[in-house]
Amino acid sequence: MALDKNEVLEGLTEIIVDETGIDPADIALDRSFVDDLDIDSLSMMTIVTLAEDKFDVEIPDDSVKDLVTVGDAVDFIAGA
Amino acid sequence: MVADLAAAPLAVTGMGATTPLGGDVETTWRALLDGRSGVAALDNSWVEDYGIATNFAASLKVPADAVLSPQERRRADPSAQYALIAARQAWADAGSPAVDPERLAVVMATGVGGLQTMLGAWDTVRDRGARRLLPLTVPMLMPNSPAAAVAIDLGARAGAHAPVSACASGAEALVTGARLIQLGLADVVVAGGAEAAIHPLTLGAFGKMQALSTRSDSPETASRPYCATRDGFVMGEGGAAVVLESAAHAEARRARTHAALVGAGSSSDAYDVAPPDPSGQGQLRAMRAALAQAGPGVAATVAHVNAHATATPAGDAIEARAIVEALTWAFGSAERATAIPVSGTKSMTGHLLGAAGAVESIFTILALRDRLAPPTTNIQRLDPEVTCHVVRDRPEPLPATGPLAAMNNAFGFGGHNIALVFASV
Repeated sequence: MALDKNEVLEGLTEIIVDETGIDPADIALDRSFVDDLDIDSLSMMTIVTLAEDKFDVEIPDDSVKDLVTVGDAVDFIAGA
Repeated sequence: MVADLAAAPLAVTGMGATTPLGGDVETTWRALLDGRSGVAALDNSWVEDYGIATNFAASLKVPADAVLSPQERRRADPSAQYALIAARQAWADAGSPAVDPERLAVVMATGVGGLQTMLGAWDTVRDRGARRLLPLTVPMLMPNSPAAAVAIDLGARAGAHAPVSACASGAEALVTGARLIQLGLADVVVAGGAEAAIHPLTLGAFGKMQALSTRSDSPETASRPYCATRDGFVMGEGGAAVVLESAAHAEARRARTHAALVGAGSSSDAYDVAPPDPSGQGQLRAMRAALAQAGPGVAATVAHVNAHATATPAGDAIEARAIVEALTWAFGSAERATAIPVSGTKSMTGHLLGAAGAVESIFTILALRDRLAPPTTNIQRLDPEVTCHVVRDRPEPLPATGPLAAMNNAFGFGGHNIALVFASV
């Protein structure tokens, strides 16, 4: 069953804020993890691991590089 | 050519600590002088769940989450968190000096390392599979993690080292730091130790060695160095760090100096991996080396010893004899040696394992500053085998005038022995 995208964004925002301390107001669907949010690769892997746990989905390592923006991640998780 | 410490003593210009008695150095020191205990029953069901015999410990007075941001805590094992807290305090206490990063080093020791991270990660793998492991697991569990965390935080680029010698680790950090400066490899070193190992595994395993007190009916009086009824140490946790500086560097920046580090001795028993050599000769060699480095003039002014004194039945008596022997050698007088006030501060802090030697070095320096030897609490009946003069219950004044020196001992499983001599400035 597909997850609600708003709920995914909310949950993912919580994970990103906990991990990085970024202001939640700065997190939006069009933001790039690397270019806008300055998230390094190990933090990205941490966020992915926590998201897998939270939403009970699997995000293959090969797919992580395709998750450029927060919206990409929300779409992947909601569609998984 | 290594400069002699007596010829070129090192300045201690900063101190920081988070301990079971307080979240900083001064709070901890006041509690120590008041004879307060940092030991308490642990609020959990480890006794019922795991059958451990000891369910009390000396936990941090001010938890790390009250000091560090959630993001800092997520990226660091508690041992590295305690190191960060202590090192930042020490650095601020030293006046946050402008130092060439390539002349600033870190030596931050731990006895056990990232135990909580390691065991938590194993729970994750076993219960939910390796896919759920967090990517920072390895850098968080490695024993050099506290040293790396502090070096990154302070921008120290002359080297970051992590001596590991069980309960001597924190004192060995000061030895290593002193040598870095003596060898000309750094001008300033942040040196200390951190430990966060209160866990049913360690309580069970130290218990199996009969090294831990089992006085669960009275946690506050369980740590009884030198007492005839002592039955082992009490597990503690925390972090402590000092800023060591070459005298020239400290003078050039007109730094306030707490004390001088004038002797840093180390030895190994080469006897057994657990109990100390019962002859105490290994401990004696470390103390004599430190006193010899200080030189006869300074050694003659030693007025206080902060002993390792963990409250194990065998260890305290061996050390007490070795202290008397070392001071007799330094003074040429057994009578004077047996009159020097010796403090067993683990009676109040518990045993901070890899942080013990660092936090007790700070106590030794503060004793010189305030000319006051802290008490040893919980001695109901002094062990008649202990012939050194033990400070009991209340602080004891040191000579009010003139230069003073004091010694700190730290010994670890494996037969690691460290003695440090500090002098008033």
